[in-house]
Amino acid sequence: MTGAMKWLRRNLFSNWWNTGLTLLVLYVLWRALPPFIDWAFFSAVWHGGDRTACLGPDKGACWPFIFANLDQFIYGRYPADLRWRVDIAFLLGLAGLVPMLIPRVPAKLWNLGYLVVAWPMIAIVLISGDRPGLIGVDTDLWGGLLVTLIVAITGIVASFPLGILLALGRRSEMPVIRTLSTIFIEFWRGVPLITVLFMASVMLPIFLPRGLHLDNLLRCLVGVALFSSAYMAEVVRGGLQAVPRGQVEAARALGLSYWQTMGLVVLPQALRHVIPGIVNTFIGLFKDTTLVLIVGLFDFLGQVRVQLSDMHWSTPQGAATGYVFAAFVYWVFCFGMSRYSAFMERRLNKGRVR
Amino acid sequence: MAGGKQATAKRAMRWSWNDPHLRSLIWQVAALAAVVAALWYFAATAHENLSRQHIATGFGFLQNTAGFGIVQALVPYSEEASYGRAFFVGLCNTLLVAALGTMLAVALGFAVGIARLSSNWLVAKLAAVYVETLRNIPLLLQLFFWYFAILQPLPGPRESLTLLPGVFLSNRGIVMPGVGLTGTSPAFLAVLLLAIVASFFVARYAKARRMATGERFPASIVNTVSIIVLPGLVWLIGGAPFTIDHAAMGKFDFTGGWRLLPEFLALLLGLALYTAAFIAEIVRAGIQSVGRGQTEAAHALGLSNWQTLRLVVIPQALRVIIPPLTSQILNLTKNSSLAVAIGYPDLVSVFAGTVLNQTGQAIEVIAITMGVYLVISLATSLAMNLYNARVAIVER
Repeated sequence: MTGAMKWLRRNLFSNWWNTGLTLLVLYVLWRALPPFIDWAFFSAVWHGGDRTACLGPDKGACWPFIFANLDQFIYGRYPADLRWRVDIAFLLGLAGLVPMLIPRVPAKLWNLGYLVVAWPMIAIVLISGDRPGLIGVDTDLWGGLLVTLIVAITGIVASFPLGILLALGRRSEMPVIRTLSTIFIEFWRGVPLITVLFMASVMLPIFLPRGLHLDNLLRCLVGVALFSSAYMAEVVRGGLQAVPRGQVEAARALGLSYWQTMGLVVLPQALRHVIPGIVNTFIGLFKDTTLVLIVGLFDFLGQVRVQLSDMHWSTPQGAATGYVFAAFVYWVFCFGMSRYSAFMERRLNKGRVR
Repeated sequence: MAGGKQATAKRAMRWSWNDPHLRSLIWQVAALAAVVAALWYFAATAHENLSRQHIATGFGFLQNTAGFGIVQALVPYSEEASYGRAFFVGLCNTLLVAALGTMLAVALGFAVGIARLSSNWLVAKLAAVYVETLRNIPLLLQLFFWYFAILQPLPGPRESLTLLPGVFLSNRGIVMPGVGLTGTSPAFLAVLLLAIVASFFVARYAKARRMATGERFPASIVNTVSIIVLPGLVWLIGGAPFTIDHAAMGKFDFTGGWRLLPEFLALLLGLALYTAAFIAEIVRAGIQSVGRGQTEAAHALGLSNWQTLRLVVIPQALRVIIPPLTSQILNLTKNSSLAVAIGYPDLVSVFAGTVLNQTGQAIEVIAITMGVYLVISLATSLAMNLYNARVAIVER
């Protein structure tokens, strides 16, 4: 017992100031936590087929709303009998992603190639059904988590090569190329994503030749890719700066060309350094995908809002329930990725810890 | 070395792909030509599309009458005002929420960042939970939560909650007593300003004297007295310089007083809480970057915990904190554009939303909007770089 008392004395009540803080925090928790737990569990409605179950005073969260609309949250208005195609695309992606994330599994380069080149093509064909023999599904019908993941993954996959080129350009010894890269990067980093999306949805069509029509999703993807490539370029540049100059000089002394030096010597070292940074960029991008709902796409959050406006489910606690659920889903994704990033950081730093 | 470089430059260029100078020249010319060609192509396509669809071009539309109302205007604005005026109103609203949000976020972020390193287990854990929760949930979702799930379901003005005497919270926002000006207020404000400026110089003098002679000059006491007493004298001589305008319950809503719109509150709250989570991590990293020996030495000299933090740790941590803090402040400013989703009339909502829809001049409107954010970004980084140069270690 004395151990626990000692711990309390040392960590919570070491002096007057700390005792006061502890009491203040306990008071705040006591005021905030029980009502929330009551709202989320004890007073919450768990069963019901429509809004009537959740009406009435002293009712908490309206969980049947979530259960009833789960399919819409994941697939949007994607036809129900074709959703297996989305599932297969998702599983194929998972099959490539899981070995990629485990450092011990070999053949990382082939794995990356599958994830960045082969899988996106397969997934696009499967989801859009844009091949003879498959039933086509218009992008207007795509929604929910499907669109969120499509925007986030396209953003990161497209920004990867573009970001590397821009980072190399910004560190180039040729003044024109350096200036052009710097202007490009600083421009996209200086404007908010929402103006980029506005630009993509209302301004881009004006710049395209007649006959070439991009639908809204594709236009947003172009905007997101350009935007995130600027951020990716800065992450990669950080990694390039961490590679000692001697590596470049040694490679050049061996007679390697510029592209050989970069591709075989510098980039493999630089990219390893910036894996945590890339994951962090992806977390930021994943959160930023919510912005596409402002230009009329229905991502996960947009789909939650659509279902909230459904007359069958409009209840006083509906908005709070929907947003808390959405927040939990985003949190699970982002927190998981940030843990992974921290794990990689520790792993990469192992060699440097003395 | 310099001579060698000159000799290389003077050497005649070999007309071969193996000459590095020629090769780099060709690459650069090609890159420039590609960019110019792409821009030319897009401009030509845009010109053709615009003339085919009979869309007006140019910035003349800024003088046209706007014809729509804006719920919050810091400068005089009416429906008869021009689009240019509407742009200015939106810009002011953006700057207002960005400035207030920055102050709140920095204050809260420092508090949470220091709390994460607290020796109090409960405080440190609470701060960690705060950071890990808020920064892993999209800002837009947080804005929706504050606006649609917290502020909208509040009772109407008649049943509004009383936060403080005279301050009411309802689904129409916060209403509080306003301050009106009277005849003597210019003199009062002038004296107050004078006292504040003077106190700045007194503080500088006090520091210079302490550096030179080691003697303490009670600057803080002198300044407090001068800031309170001098304007107080004006108050006593000239009569009360302000009138208090209390909010009164009208037929459906409050009249009079000052009002913070629910859209503004949700945006301010969302931006400040979200950005504070990131600033807290930056502050924590900054404080941890200061060696333990610094704290131990300060304690050995007899400084208290608070003095150690304020006089030894934070000044050194600031060098690490300032650059990433700048980018967080910029992020906050750029994120204030999410206002468009909850209807706060910021620059994007007013200009790239309503004005764009009414005029259809997408290129001009988007270009102006992006230009404004670019200028804000560049100006903020310039200001923070200047400040950073002041706190940076002066090396040889």
